[in-house]
Amino acid sequence: MARTFSVRRQSGFATVAMLCFFLLYLPIAALVVYAFNAGTSIAIWEGFSLRWFVSAWNNQQVVEASWRSLRIAAIAAVLATACATLAALATTHTAPYRGLTAKYAFINMPLLVPEIVTAVALLVFFSRVKLWTGYSGLGYLILAHSAFCVPFAYLPIRARLESMDASLGRAAADLYATPLQIFRHVTLPLLWPGVFAGLMLAFIISLDDVVITEFVKSSGQDTLPTYMLGQLRRAITPEMNAISTVFLLLSLSLVTVFFCLSRNRKKES
Amino acid sequence: MTDVAKAGETRRRNDIRDRWLLSAPALTLIAIAGTGPLLIVLIYSFLAPGSYGDVKWEFSPNGWFNVFLSRDIFDNTVSLADAHYTIFWRTLRLALATTVLCLLLGFPLAYFIASRPPGSRSIWLFLITIPFWTNMLIRTFAIAEVIRNEGIINSLLMRLGLLVAPVQMLFTDFATLVGMTYVHLPLMVLPLYASLEKLDFRLVEAGYDLYASRFGVLLRIIVPLTRPGIIAGSILVFVPALSSYVIPLVLGGGKNLMIGNLIELQFGQGRNWPLGAALSVTLVLVVMIAVIFYMRNAGEPGGRAHG
Repeated sequence: MARTFSVRRQSGFATVAMLCFFLLYLPIAALVVYAFNAGTSIAIWEGFSLRWFVSAWNNQQVVEASWRSLRIAAIAAVLATACATLAALATTHTAPYRGLTAKYAFINMPLLVPEIVTAVALLVFFSRVKLWTGYSGLGYLILAHSAFCVPFAYLPIRARLESMDASLGRAAADLYATPLQIFRHVTLPLLWPGVFAGLMLAFIISLDDVVITEFVKSSGQDTLPTYMLGQLRRAITPEMNAISTVFLLLSLSLVTVFFCLSRNRKKES
Repeated sequence: MTDVAKAGETRRRNDIRDRWLLSAPALTLIAIAGTGPLLIVLIYSFLAPGSYGDVKWEFSPNGWFNVFLSRDIFDNTVSLADAHYTIFWRTLRLALATTVLCLLLGFPLAYFIASRPPGSRSIWLFLITIPFWTNMLIRTFAIAEVIRNEGIINSLLMRLGLLVAPVQMLFTDFATLVGMTYVHLPLMVLPLYASLEKLDFRLVEAGYDLYASRFGVLLRIIVPLTRPGIIAGSILVFVPALSSYVIPLVLGGGKNLMIGNLIELQFGQGRNWPLGAALSVTLVLVVMIAVIFYMRNAGEPGGRAHG
């Protein structure tokens, strides 16, 4: 045998791995390529063109849905991160107390319950509230998005808090800092990377949601994903590919920032 | 009690009170707009359906009855709800097949990443997480484009002369399976990688010293040692696969329903909210059982710590 024997090698595993990477990226790559198709088909290549990007840009519904998506995601991410930060402060660096485990389970519950069931439950509940109050604005979507984003924001913040030194806060308290001052000048600056990671995670999760939005939205409140879902039932033009491509780029840049941040954090410690 | 002890006790109480106050916003938010409304669904499952959707406020076991059985409207005979069993069976079959496929593909993939030099591992992992963070709907749409009749696969096979006419893949159970595997693969790879990364290769070496074959080492050393990761990954794939809604809708084409679509149907066209509610509760119960199984088996050896 020419090759040296390696304990780590398993025959065929590298091939399967490469195949997986290929299969993971092939559909996405095809999607992006056809966004630049000059023809009206998503299957036959007729030359390079940016016409579908232009057409998406000029499509009033797409632009409105995108703005709505971004607005909901921004507000929901901030709300969820604020709640998650407070909750993380309440559940770390503490001796066990009654209700702690229950609290922890409840915060993570949106991760466990099937999305379709949450969606249906919110549909039923919010349709009642709409009847009582007469209000049918974006508030329902924002509340729903904030709620399912909480656990996603909570996890990185809590992880960061866990790894922080609790004695710093105690030292500040010994120097007569009030709890608010401790949070403002000691905890928050150290916690910031975790908060930022949570914020971004919540933003992406909110931006991606289809199912809950589809059930909670009133008419005329399409977000970009629910608009796309509606379009998928009709004849599809490369305009869908163009919208998807822009959406992909946005997610990709967010994930890259997230990746670099967490990488730096690892180097620090 | 001494004054010092009393002061300590008060401080502890105040601390716990503050901690409840701090977590109140998150808990309230989830109770109102997250999982709290599930209670309403539970109650609705025991009520009678209204004529135009919604419910009548009177007790009725029919929601639950209709999950499993159906009554003939003409002669009142009771029989098993065949249509529902077909859907339950498809859901279970597809979710299990997805899990197995993800495991078969994900294990070599995670192993490959874990056996790279430490510096380049995070890059490989990053390549796995990119598709994971891309919009699920876009990924589903991308799969639909690839397997449709005029898609890359069919046109390639036809150009190579292997096919005369395109094979119908879109709008079949096969399409749903492909889509679910594609979408959920990263969920399998990440916990598997976490387990494999901690694998002590001295044990593998010891296996080789004792004349084990490569396959023997894999089956009798590596797989048993990474069991927590295998279970974690399997549950992480199985649970969302079981409750899929968008993937069967887009790729299955509305005919090949899974339980998620059946639930939606009862709240939409079916106008049978109690039945939809009972189906939802059933789904949640199945998921909870899977999660409890996961917590029992995939936990860290030292037990999980809170706080």
